[in-house]
Amino acid sequence: MTTATPTTTLDARGLNCPLPILRTRKALTAMASGEALLVQSTDPGSVEDIKSFCSQTGNELLSALNDDGEFQFTIRKA
Amino acid sequence: MNATAQQLSSQMTPELDQTAFQKLFDQRFDERMAQIEADHIPSMSIISTKGTLDMAYPPFILAATAAALGWDVSVFFTFYGLTLLKKELDLEISPLGNPAMPMKMPVGPEWLQSIDMKIPNLVMAGIPGFEKMATGMMKKSLDNKGVASIEELRSLCLEADVKLVACQMTVDLFNMDQEEFIPEISGWIGAASFLPTAQKSDVTLFV
Repeated sequence: MTTATPTTTLDARGLNCPLPILRTRKALTAMASGEALLVQSTDPGSVEDIKSFCSQTGNELLSALNDDGEFQFTIRKA
Repeated sequence: MNATAQQLSSQMTPELDQTAFQKLFDQRFDERMAQIEADHIPSMSIISTKGTLDMAYPPFILAATAAALGWDVSVFFTFYGLTLLKKELDLEISPLGNPAMPMKMPVGPEWLQSIDMKIPNLVMAGIPGFEKMATGMMKKSLDNKGVASIEELRSLCLEADVKLVACQMTVDLFNMDQEEFIPEISGWIGAASFLPTAQKSDVTLFV
């Protein structure tokens, strides 16, 4: 089990569909397998989209937090 | 199962009775099918036929997102859709004959931005520059809401290896020149070349 402490943070706040997903994909590409990515977003659509992205691509969604309209996702790269 | 097949399978697997054989077969079949599904890379083919700012969004958003999900994507640009592959994009939107398009102020206080201004067709058709104004307002709204520009989405598609293919007939029909279009176009083709790609796709969409 690798650590869930994010090594990279992606600020996707203020961006709308599909940009948070596209940036997430790009950020993950540059990371090593097992590393965790923290994605910050304000797009309410990203809640379901990030979930769907993770299940399709095999990356693991470790946590999804909603802090008053600001979302934080931790994703572990497969 | 007929008598011969029953006999054959009992000869091949003498230690198994028929029920056990069927169970094993079903289990192996399910495993194999699950493996095939897991190994399958989804694919999508889109036909893009419109060249207005509003209709440029669906094909590029869907293509870029599908590519982010790891899918193989091709988009075939034909008729007015071909405009979306020009080097210089100057896309416009027409509220005329587009009754579902909200006409809203992109700036000002919240209450003002929420008002959908019902503008008569006669005004939209009669005032010179009305489309330019509507286009400007739409671009401002897109920018305010953090929606990517078409140029940005197009380059994201190219970066993600989305295949953008162009219709040769459209170029000939409208006396265009291949030089007007981006060099990243994967091919200048016709319907007969695109359909076999679409046939093998999991998702096919016409925009």
